[in-house]
Amino acid sequence: MRIFSSLLIGVLFGIGLTISQMINPEKIINFLDIAGNWDPSLLVVMGSALLTTMIGYRLAFRRKDPVLGGVFQIPTKTAIDRPLVIGSAIFGIGWGLAGFCPGPGISAASVGGVMPWAFIGAMTLGMWSRSFVKA
Amino acid sequence: MENFTPVSAAIGGTLIGLSAVLFMLLNGRIAGISGLVAGVLTPSEKGNDFWISGAFVVGLFIAPLIVMVTSDRPPINFPQPLWMVVVGGFLVGMGSRLGSGCTSGHGVCGIARLSRRSIIATLTFMISAVITVFFVRHVMGG
Repeated sequence: MRIFSSLLIGVLFGIGLTISQMINPEKIINFLDIAGNWDPSLLVVMGSALLTTMIGYRLAFRRKDPVLGGVFQIPTKTAIDRPLVIGSAIFGIGWGLAGFCPGPGISAASVGGVMPWAFIGAMTLGMWSRSFVKA
Repeated sequence: MENFTPVSAAIGGTLIGLSAVLFMLLNGRIAGISGLVAGVLTPSEKGNDFWISGAFVVGLFIAPLIVMVTSDRPPINFPQPLWMVVVGGFLVGMGSRLGSGCTSGHGVCGIARLSRRSIIATLTFMISAVITVFFVRHVMGG
């Protein structure tokens, strides 16, 4: 049940990405290109997602435990450390070059030809490479 | 700003938020895609989490096919060459693990919890992405 619900929730996330065209790198790069023909759509996507999540989390956390069992797994780290800042900066460079972040890259792979697969392959290597970096 | 699509952006964003809420409410998990992908690539001993992460990722993958049942193929265009997508992909993978999250985990779920780490992370990757695109488009002239 937890696994099946996770599949449906992933589908919902992906439908959101698809409808908002966040799986189109051209649209992401036009958002990031503030000196060019700026497209603020991503801000609206993020804003509405944030608003929904803020309200929904408040309601969800009235419960002691998740509906399907287990515990709420919330990150406990609070320190602003070097890996956080350096990692995020590296992530942003990659995002600007590829026009994909992880979610849209995966969704685009089912309809977008070979480029999203190249992205996913490289991202996988990048994730593995993390184990060899000390920061 | 003729490319601005506020209505589909608001609908899609709300669905993304709804998904993040349901994942927490039902499964107690943060809908951070980079973390979920990493959970598939390097499964932890917790066992069950592998399948939960895997199912979410499969759902993401098939979602556009479901949208295509009722509408046209969503446009996916690359203004940049393949090598940039590959180098970018590598940096996205490495950076998201090092920084413990990506656009969804930090940008949506983390900020929704008012996590200071996530706010710093999101500002950092937004700024570095904007600088990167500025460099590629207006300095290199790509």
